Amino acid sequence: MKVIVCVKQIPDPALPGELDSATNTLKRDGKLILDESDSYGVEMALQLVDAAGGGEVALVSMAPNGEVSGLRTALAMGAAQGVLVSDPGLAGSDALTTAKVLAAAVQRLGGADLVLAGTESSDGYTGTVPEQMAEVLGLPSVTFAKSVAVEGGSLKVNRQTEAGYDEVTCPLPAVVSVTAGVVEPRYPSFKGIMAAKSKPVDTVTAADLGVTATGWDAAGQQITSVTQAPTREAGEVIEDDGEAHVKIVEFLEGLKVI
Amino acid sequence: MADYRAPIADISHALTTVAGLDMIASTDRFGHADTETVLGVIEEVGRFMTEVIAPTNRDGDNIRAQWHDDASVTVPESFGSAYRQYVESGFGAMPFDPEYGGAGFPWVTALAVQEMLNSANMAMALCPLLTQGAIDALEAHGSLEQQQTYLPKMLTGEWAGTMNLSEPQAGSDVGAVRTKAEPAGDGSWRITGTKIWITFGEHDMTENIVHLVLARTPGAPPGTKGISMFLVPKFLVNEDGSLGERNDVICVSIEHKLGIHGSPTCVMAYGEQGGAIGWLVGEENEGMKNMFTMMNNARLSVGLQGLAIAERAYQDAVAYALERRQGRAIGAPAGEQSPIVEHPDVRRLLMFQRAWIDAMRALTYTNAAFLDMAKAATDPDDAKRWREKADLYIPLSKSLCTDVAQETTSAAVQIFGGMGYVEETGVAQHYRDARILPIYEGTNGIQAADLVGRKLSMRSGGVIADELDRFQSVADGLAKRDGMANFAANLSSAITTCRQATDHLVTVAASDPASLLGASSPYLRLLGTTVCAGLLGGAALKVDADTPFGASKVAAARFFGEQILPAAEGLSGAVHATSEDLFAIAADAF
Repeated sequence: MKVIVCVKQIPDPALPGELDSATNTLKRDGKLILDESDSYGVEMALQLVDAAGGGEVALVSMAPNGEVSGLRTALAMGAAQGVLVSDPGLAGSDALTTAKVLAAAVQRLGGADLVLAGTESSDGYTGTVPEQMAEVLGLPSVTFAKSVAVEGGSLKVNRQTEAGYDEVTCPLPAVVSVTAGVVEPRYPSFKGIMAAKSKPVDTVTAADLGVTATGWDAAGQQITSVTQAPTREAGEVIEDDGEAHVKIVEFLEGLKVI
Repeated sequence: MADYRAPIADISHALTTVAGLDMIASTDRFGHADTETVLGVIEEVGRFMTEVIAPTNRDGDNIRAQWHDDASVTVPESFGSAYRQYVESGFGAMPFDPEYGGAGFPWVTALAVQEMLNSANMAMALCPLLTQGAIDALEAHGSLEQQQTYLPKMLTGEWAGTMNLSEPQAGSDVGAVRTKAEPAGDGSWRITGTKIWITFGEHDMTENIVHLVLARTPGAPPGTKGISMFLVPKFLVNEDGSLGERNDVICVSIEHKLGIHGSPTCVMAYGEQGGAIGWLVGEENEGMKNMFTMMNNARLSVGLQGLAIAERAYQDAVAYALERRQGRAIGAPAGEQSPIVEHPDVRRLLMFQRAWIDAMRALTYTNAAFLDMAKAATDPDDAKRWREKADLYIPLSKSLCTDVAQETTSAAVQIFGGMGYVEETGVAQHYRDARILPIYEGTNGIQAADLVGRKLSMRSGGVIADELDRFQSVADGLAKRDGMANFAANLSSAITTCRQATDHLVTVAASDPASLLGASSPYLRLLGTTVCAGLLGGAALKVDADTPFGASKVAAARFFGEQILPAAEGLSGAVHATSEDLFAIAADAF
């Protein structure tokens, strides 16, 4: 079984990020790491290949400056190879262009039985790339998977919903977006890290993939304004005079959580 | 309490700019451990320690290791799963022999892994620390059969190792050991006796525990010359490598301690059912020599623990200082409370910790780099020269870092004010945990005696003089840098003071051993602090001061040179004093 996982390399969320004041986008010129929300897809892919008794997990990624640090982490977890699209002309690409680029990278790897992606990245949150990729590739799209299994040549997905989950059956190949937190991503072992050093990463440009890099100019989306997150306000302290439970219920009702 | 975050940039700096990883990787022996490879590994190790190990630290303090009526010992449940993941990671095996599953990486890279493991959970880290010591001893002195039987599983950490030296009457005085070993006639021995202070002597983190035990054989000469080392596994190992019968060794109790509650400190009883089965490691009566093989690296590792606990406490203190608002800082708008980090005296406490942490990292990593160069050198004279430097640094690393850890963890508690004295904030744990460090693995008094005994006499003080020469050229370099004149002058002055102190002690060494030993601890602090200043100064000359990171390293080094180093010079008086002051009051008048 061959599974391709889309992985985004993002600035370390633990470090203070910085916005480019001209474009209102996150500066990504420093060191990048594997987006945690993609590590679940990598883990799930490794488990699926294991369960299938063989095959390969490959990666596709788009990042500036030929950055491979995050890819190396995923390779150290056990993926076999990757395609990195790195092209200055792609800076400012919207979700659709990103989807076209990643779809082309999937094709460069010869396609797959299954393409996995996170539901959304932790630094952009457009949450539309996997579905657009499916359209570009002409494949079925299943979203918000909390578990994925292959039975008798077709895909069984439990799809997270507000009320519970849907059981979805889908033919292969398909593009599936994976909800964060549904599996426990393994940590790369020392042997895995050392092996990852010699695993191939095919670094290509948009032109190599036959995609027109339109960048900022033709982006179908733009960030019109940025607002400072509100500072956290001090909480309300309720003294328990015997009636505190009523006030707590009122508070929760006010939040519409009960 | 803040979460621990592995200080990858600082560790990378210590490995490359301070310890000279490139130089180590340019040797044939360590050519495979190039800087890029090492830093790639260190980053993943950092993430692992931060996310998997660090969250278990509080459990160690709260739940604690526990002894049960069936003589079993359990550690907190979270330790078990975290340790299992540590074993699976393979990070512990990095520096060891590839023949047995290691990767033959330099010790300095293993030190970086150890630092993060110890910051994450120092109590748990003692299990791998002791295992590494046992591995060192078996690699150096074990028979081929012993190595093949035990090393592969010890390297992964599936089996743990312990060091069994102390007995009630034999603490620092190891020569007083009474545990007996009798030959069984089949090549094995029967061990009987009681050992105390056995770290991780019994626990449920590994399926087997390999005890290295010091004991006396029949007719052995008295004192340290009559001590042999034996390998005594908790479970005997069958021919096929599977675990067989339980050996005649049990844990009869564990200690109730000031700190490191997650680490069981065991009283071990050998041979209550007729004799624990053991095998001689190396030659009879050479146990002390073998034990020093494991103790040398272990002493450096304990020094490293001082750094590691200081780093963890410092991170807590920084987080609190940024968040806690009290008083109005100078120049702050009226009516607003300022974060306490804006107050000069809080800055002093933070800079004190930060500068010492840089210094401790420089000292211990450089020490490890010397060990690596000694191993890698192909020319015997070169090897000897590196070995001498490493030997000189070991008591400095052990003593200075563990003494300083008392001061820096105390400064961290101080920043928390009253909340620091309250256990819920967690910073008090680091302060308590740190207190064992100057005591175990040879008290700091023993380290100082080692310095003025074995180390001072190497080439009659020549090894020390060579290092001081090296740092004089650092001082000369600093003198040419803007803003570094005071640091340069202080360093030159401290070097001169160290030279005078060294010459003085070389002179009195033969004639007045009481004064020599009386002066040993102040001398260690003086020399160690000067070495730290030299290492920080050297690194400050190499970094790019135009980057924020480089500038922070220069600032911390300058703080060390201007505000910490001068105080150490004040110890000169104590070094030159005679022991008369110490014995002026009769023992019974205390």
